[in-house]
Amino acid sequence: MTSRTISSNSGGGSIASVSALVAVFGVLALIIAGRTIDHAMGIQAMTFIVLVTAFLVGTGMWAGNLINRNPFDESRYEDTLVKFGVFASVFWGIAGLLVGVIIALQLTFPNIFYFPEFGWTNFGRLRPLHTSAVIFAFGGNVLLATSFYVVQRTCRTRIAGGMWPWFVFWGYQFFIVLAATGYLLGVTQSKEYAEPEWYVDLWLTIVWVAYLLVFLGTLWKRKEPHIYVANWFYLSFIVTIAMLHIVNNLSIPVSWTGTKSVQVFAGVQDAMTQWWYGHNAVGFFLTTGFLAIMYYFIPKRVNRPVYSYRLSIVHFWSLIFIYIWAGPHHLHYTALPQWAQTLGMTFSIMLWMPSWGGMINGVMTLSGAWDKLRTDPVVRMMVVSLAFYGMATFEGPLMSVRAVNSLSHYTEWGIGHVHSGALGWVGYISFGALYCLVPWLYKKKALFSKSLVEWHFWISTIGILFYMISMWFAGIMEGLMWRAYNEYGFLEYSFVETVEAKHISYMIRALGGGLYFSGAVIMAYNLVRTALGHGAAEPVDSKPDPYANPEPRATLVPAE
Amino acid sequence: MYEALSSFAQTGGLVYFVLMFAGALVYALWPSNQDTFDRAANSPLEDKGPSND
Repeated sequence: MTSRTISSNSGGGSIASVSALVAVFGVLALIIAGRTIDHAMGIQAMTFIVLVTAFLVGTGMWAGNLINRNPFDESRYEDTLVKFGVFASVFWGIAGLLVGVIIALQLTFPNIFYFPEFGWTNFGRLRPLHTSAVIFAFGGNVLLATSFYVVQRTCRTRIAGGMWPWFVFWGYQFFIVLAATGYLLGVTQSKEYAEPEWYVDLWLTIVWVAYLLVFLGTLWKRKEPHIYVANWFYLSFIVTIAMLHIVNNLSIPVSWTGTKSVQVFAGVQDAMTQWWYGHNAVGFFLTTGFLAIMYYFIPKRVNRPVYSYRLSIVHFWSLIFIYIWAGPHHLHYTALPQWAQTLGMTFSIMLWMPSWGGMINGVMTLSGAWDKLRTDPVVRMMVVSLAFYGMATFEGPLMSVRAVNSLSHYTEWGIGHVHSGALGWVGYISFGALYCLVPWLYKKKALFSKSLVEWHFWISTIGILFYMISMWFAGIMEGLMWRAYNEYGFLEYSFVETVEAKHISYMIRALGGGLYFSGAVIMAYNLVRTALGHGAAEPVDSKPDPYANPEPRATLVPAE
Repeated sequence: MYEALSSFAQTGGLVYFVLMFAGALVYALWPSNQDTFDRAANSPLEDKGPSND
């Protein structure tokens, strides 16, 4: 590359600096691979070396072809990166949901898909693979893709940092691959939703700081005077996840060439740190990030400004001020001091109001365009996601009350609650955003097939209902069975009896998960065909955004 | 030392957070900010590509 072609402030320099940073870590991995003290670390280091080599070779070949083209042209948005993010989301979403169906079947029929000679098929290794794949791989890629898309458009400027946003994208994929293969090898620090060991945590920290700087850099050079509310939500997600990730993963490696590390905190302090992290991962990863999607994609899709901008500001500040204190409700009836448990419970109940304020703000954005619920299945998907959000954020405060928690904790009710939020809220708002993004990015008038979106919507919605209802039933039943005493004061049921009683619920849950997975496969097919320009996905000629000037409403409403 | 630190953190933190939150509320509800908010709310709908002014 020459300085003449890439003259912008962060052009060629950013390619060189990203390559140098990645190469340094590649060399470190090479040293670790050569001196490793455990088998798993050897495999992890070699995996990383392969990924880094592919990245460096790919970057070199790409940069070598940039003779007369500036890849970081300030007069255009960076959309290729968003396209990569969209299809990475689809890929990891399918993978994560598939593993979910497999482990649901393992719980139902313990010998299915489990082969004792292959340790990695054990439920204990596949379960974190499922949770991390759907939360961090699918959800994380949706957030990366949409945040890069939204921050550019609402700031009316290209993403900052030249090559650095690409480092964030690929670095994050490397994190996913290392974490996932690590789980299968049995590498874990046994912290729920924070299972990756010290070296993976370190790599993610670097990627995340780069993400923060890229995002802040874009806000810094914005051409709009006001920072749109979606960006506030994205920023709170990025900043808080950085803080949570660093504090919860404070640990000392046993050896610099081994996988194992020791936590800095012990006992109840460790538990409190873990659930401060765990609940705020729900709050700031699975909530504020996806609320940012709501605040951009719903107004954009229905071509109406958000219902109340004032409410969105109050929503933002009250949500983040309250969420951060709610974690201790995960530790009712433990060694955690009771005042801290009560504090967690109180803030969880207070959280109901900002949650519903935000939901109302999203739903009411449709006022005057309610017909779109019937005519546009993508809008319906996003609005139903808000309905699930409202339901999950009512159920959550209820379950955080100590007396309710004594029944619900450790039961399937918790699993049902999490999945109504994850499948209903996070899943549907993400699918809605992906259905919007592909035609916008590939300059198509519409999706390949609208009726396939209808199929996706109904199959998945029925799947969620099967999942939630079976888990409510199983959870409340086992909670009641655990606390049942006979006339002599002994426990009425043995533990295995409570497990056996859940068998039918487990079958219904696996069916629900299977339906939800099928819906996602239909979406993947529809999105690929849309990108290829098949069916109704005809090219838009000169308009930059097919939804910026929607067709007159009369043509959208079928004759009645 | 622990007592002094924790009482400072608790009362000071309470006052600090309440004031910050009150500030955000005042900003959100201040009547003359309506125009700014109207423009902000409409800005995503009026996106015409990167601005190079």
